[in-house]
Amino acid sequence: MTNTLHRFSEHYAFEPKPSARPVENDFIVFAMATRDVNDDNLVEKYRTFARLALAHNPVNLGDATKGGIFRPDQATNPLAHWRRDDRPDPARVVEGIDGHTTLAAVFRTRSDMEGFVRDLKRADLGVSINISAPVDAAAACCKAAGLARHSVEFSLGFQGRVERLPDRAVLEISTMCGHGMVAHTLVRKLIDWVKEGRRTPAQATRYLARFCTCGVFNPTRAEELFEKTRTGAS
Amino acid sequence: MKIDQYKCVACGNCIPVCPVGAIYIDPVAGRAQVNQDECVECHACHRGMSKEHLWPPMVRAVRRVAKAFRFRFDPEPDICPTDALTPQELAWPRIVRRAFSDPLVPHESTGIHGRGTAEVKTNDVTGRVKEGEAGFVIEFGRPGVGARFREIQEMTKALAALGVEFEKKNPVTSLMTDTAKGLVREDILNEKILSAIVEVKVGLEQVPEILKTVRRVSRGLETVVAVGVSTRCDADGDERLSALLAAEGYPTYRGKTNLGLGRMTVEAGR
Repeated sequence: MTNTLHRFSEHYAFEPKPSARPVENDFIVFAMATRDVNDDNLVEKYRTFARLALAHNPVNLGDATKGGIFRPDQATNPLAHWRRDDRPDPARVVEGIDGHTTLAAVFRTRSDMEGFVRDLKRADLGVSINISAPVDAAAACCKAAGLARHSVEFSLGFQGRVERLPDRAVLEISTMCGHGMVAHTLVRKLIDWVKEGRRTPAQATRYLARFCTCGVFNPTRAEELFEKTRTGAS
Repeated sequence: MKIDQYKCVACGNCIPVCPVGAIYIDPVAGRAQVNQDECVECHACHRGMSKEHLWPPMVRAVRRVAKAFRFRFDPEPDICPTDALTPQELAWPRIVRRAFSDPLVPHESTGIHGRGTAEVKTNDVTGRVKEGEAGFVIEFGRPGVGARFREIQEMTKALAALGVEFEKKNPVTSLMTDTAKGLVREDILNEKILSAIVEVKVGLEQVPEILKTVRRVSRGLETVVAVGVSTRCDADGDERLSALLAAEGYPTYRGKTNLGLGRMTVEAGR
């Protein structure tokens, strides 16, 4: 789940401006068990995690070994070019859980995340629970749930040959799959298609979400970023 | 990864899908090809694209007609119409490319998918990073650039010279031949991977020195480096690391927070 650590935002610009806007639509909570410590009855623990998450309007839910609520189709009907079934399928994620994995839920609002964390505290699953989000938001969430943070890991951004990276609009979308399965070049192509009116932001988002193998891609944030870049707004 | 030359219809859909830009249309063959030296075996193309199973000669004929009339066909961009992407059986040392690039392949050394490390996310049950310590996760090639182990070794050698402790349960450490010198197996040095993480643990007082070393070495590499640093909070949930990082000029806006809800539940492990 280091794959959620380095999600790009203005705060990680190479010359960041002091008044960068806070990220208020991207909050991830994930569960991870440790072998021979808390992996007894694991399938049920993870399914409970997923079911509790579904009560708080997640925009994605993912099993790191199987995928998220949007997945590619291995035998597409050619009619998909005109009419494609791209509805999210959270039930498939829950039913597919079969053992060790990392399970993640992505939320659009802090209040949804806070409600979920309160439920997790009550459920006392015994597996490790982490929040990947702005650190202040995570700290506030802990406080609201009556929890003291155990550990924290900070993203320090990118260094080295940063000139090999694409522009901000592409990075903000592509780094939502930290495993790198959402290619910068595909994001660039879809930004152009949205600008040309060939696809809507929602359609472009669905294409990308299918490449994320663990379901931490935030389709709501991606749609908003596509909409912003559509008109060239900075 | 290879592309079946009979099935490929040169639609070009797979080209932007490749995270490292290794796919191109060969102008002579009129088919897509994979640059094997650049391909990191991540399987994003094979797994991420939806597939039709159309008859290649028919698709080629339709495309030729459309091209003759300058028609712009507007297909779904994430579909391979003929299922032409073909994974290969990989042998050593090429197999390490897939282990470090395909998130669905668990690492043998840790049993964990993705980049194969648990780092601070299970710290509440492993106690891996303690109060007064900092755990560094130094990642090479992310996002979407890729790296070769030769470059990673430049960093491990520099860190070893500082006397750091490399995390034992880490896939890169498992490929090192001499952790005291930071040497990686010679037969994999030229292998390209999508990303790999080097993990080291130091005392908080050593954080500025590590940051300076990482920055200095990163400047000499041909790839990008993403750095994360973790620490254990005190009983009130406070920590001293963020002030250290801010003093060194690093952003601390985003991070991962372990809520401390993990505990021993396996009876046999008590």
